Amino acid sequence: MSSSFDFTVVDQVLSANNNSSQYIIAILQDIQEHYRYLPREIVPYLSEKLGMSEAKIYSIATFYENFSFEPKGKYVIKVCDGTACHVRHSTPVLEALWKELGLSKEKHTTDDLMFTVETVSCLGACGLAPTMMVNEQVYAAMTPEKVLAVLEELRGRG
Amino acid sequence: MSEKQYMTIDGIPVEINGEKNILELCQKIGVKMPTFCYHSDLSIYGACRMCMVENKWGGIEAACSTPPRAGMEIKTNTERLRRYRKNILELLLANHCRDCTVCENNQKCKLQDLAMRFNIEGVRFPNRAKSTKNDDTSSVCIVRDAGKCILCGDCVRVCNEIQNVGAIDFAHRGSKMVISTAFGKPLAESPCVGCGQCAAVCPTGAIVVKNNIKCVWEAISNPNVRTSVQIAPAVRVAIGKELKCQDGENVMGKIVAALRRMGFDEIYDTTLSADLTVMEETAEFIERLENGGKLPLITSCCPGWIQYAEKKHPEFLENISTCRSPMQMMGSLVKDQNKDKEQKMFHVAIMPCTAKKFEASRPEFMKDGEPDVDAVITTQELILMIKESGLVFDELEPEAVDMPFGTVSGAGVIFGVTGGVTEAVLRRVSESKSRASLLQAANAGQRGMEGIKEFYLPYGDRQLHIAVVSGLGNAERVLLRASAGEHFDFIEIMACPGGCVNGGGQPYFSNAKEARSKGLYEADRMLSIRRSQENPVVNSVYKKIIKDRAHELLHVHYTAKKDD
Repeated sequence: MSSSFDFTVVDQVLSANNNSSQYIIAILQDIQEHYRYLPREIVPYLSEKLGMSEAKIYSIATFYENFSFEPKGKYVIKVCDGTACHVRHSTPVLEALWKELGLSKEKHTTDDLMFTVETVSCLGACGLAPTMMVNEQVYAAMTPEKVLAVLEELRGRG
Repeated sequence: MSEKQYMTIDGIPVEINGEKNILELCQKIGVKMPTFCYHSDLSIYGACRMCMVENKWGGIEAACSTPPRAGMEIKTNTERLRRYRKNILELLLANHCRDCTVCENNQKCKLQDLAMRFNIEGVRFPNRAKSTKNDDTSSVCIVRDAGKCILCGDCVRVCNEIQNVGAIDFAHRGSKMVISTAFGKPLAESPCVGCGQCAAVCPTGAIVVKNNIKCVWEAISNPNVRTSVQIAPAVRVAIGKELKCQDGENVMGKIVAALRRMGFDEIYDTTLSADLTVMEETAEFIERLENGGKLPLITSCCPGWIQYAEKKHPEFLENISTCRSPMQMMGSLVKDQNKDKEQKMFHVAIMPCTAKKFEASRPEFMKDGEPDVDAVITTQELILMIKESGLVFDELEPEAVDMPFGTVSGAGVIFGVTGGVTEAVLRRVSESKSRASLLQAANAGQRGMEGIKEFYLPYGDRQLHIAVVSGLGNAERVLLRASAGEHFDFIEIMACPGGCVNGGGQPYFSNAKEARSKGLYEADRMLSIRRSQENPVVNSVYKKIIKDRAHELLHVHYTAKKDD
């Protein structure tokens, strides 16, 4: 299984971080930035290169909400469900996304790996509530209708 | 000269004398602080918050992680602290499978202990614990149950800090936090070597030794099966305390009497096969020394170490002695003696060790699909069986083990403590090379509880570099030096700190290893035969049973496991 995995990217990340277990969080972040998630194959590989147990790396990666061992879609949609967004009807926005993409509280990513839908607790833009983010871009004052239009546009981009 | 420094605990002035934390000072004035996560051999974690103390301004601090300072005034037992401790216990109990009567750790549990000590009369919160003990049955050595885990992290720290194994760690966070292998893989697929040190430090029943008592009773009751049993050296000095004798007291005779009363047909002492190990391993060592064989020679008695080498250091497998462990030597001899008999032989080994359960199940030790050792039970399980039998252990009259493996030497007895194998080999080598006395062999530098002991010994015109190591973390340090090019001739490695006396299958008390090793050295001194080669039974076993089959019966080759 691991023999078919190409570790070139991981090697680059490791050398950019001094091959040091001290920088394990930075290393995991860089790897995740490239793959949009943490492929499981990297754990035994990092364990050997950094002299750190697999269980410890798994421990760190599962502690932080931001790391994921599940593959994520090309577009990661983060719907804010903080207090301000919640009272300004973020739930219908989320439900519209789920319904349109066939996702749910348990299933976050579409089978074609195009979309991942997550909730976050605050994007720090409460004045624009309800908000959401698609990858690095923020969308303000969302409604179920606007969400469908955004999806349409993203699909058009491919 | 610096002045003496004092702090005040419960109104009593206490001298500060280099103590690392307030907890140690509390012990000095006779206060036993409640703790779950504090172990003097492990790093300080400060997770359980049971050892909180109140300072004079009303602030509270954890005694385990607060260094003492001159002039400090603290109290260890106030209304507020009692309330806090009760709250912590109640919250832990709300997340704990409270089926104490059917728990392996019943009456040995720190949570049970402290719940009683703090007079917990009820738990106000709903119980959310779920047993997971049937989720992962892959390990033949230990069983884990997250439903009893209090997340003190003792197992994680012993596995990482002392053993350098790193099979388990915390995973996830908050209310979802669990102790887990990487990706929750079955323990048997993790780096776990089965040493059982996690079970030894676990304050509750969340990690326990796998219980194999049932099949042993069944064999004893089966009229078509003959049962034989071997008792390892370290068991005889560790069984006492739970059966109203002293910890460290050699109660071998009573154990033999108990086993005979329980119904075993043949009872042997693993010490005899330890004598055989000395003969074979010394021959191998001299052979390698004389003929330029692979050095260092590393001992092969410890199955935890063997698994560690297979999983982490396959490059050293060639260095490991080809001698089977004493348990497996005895197993193959007993089975060989019985091979032409009609009645099936069921051979049980009583060991201080959880990893021995794995060793017995290895394919290397199967003949025609049948294991040489059919069941391994630990000292803890033997205690349970004796209790179940209703025998009043402390009143039993001592008895002797059976022939043809009856007489043992002191060299075999000390196998149970770190340095023992080395000393036994020295006693064998010294005779063949010089007139060095037993006393010299005893003082060469292998005795004591330090994790790494090193010394040089003259052999012909060279100096042999010998290392005696216990604890796999220490083994790692020595192996790294050997890999870097440092020359060693002989390395003894025992996975458990202090050797088998402190094995994962032994009853756990703090500081038990000192008393137990003293007990073994005493047993050694009380034997008239102290060198393996002087044991007449060793000679007769070679002449009558082994003959020219030493390789078949006493040796094994471990080969590197391929990653899947």
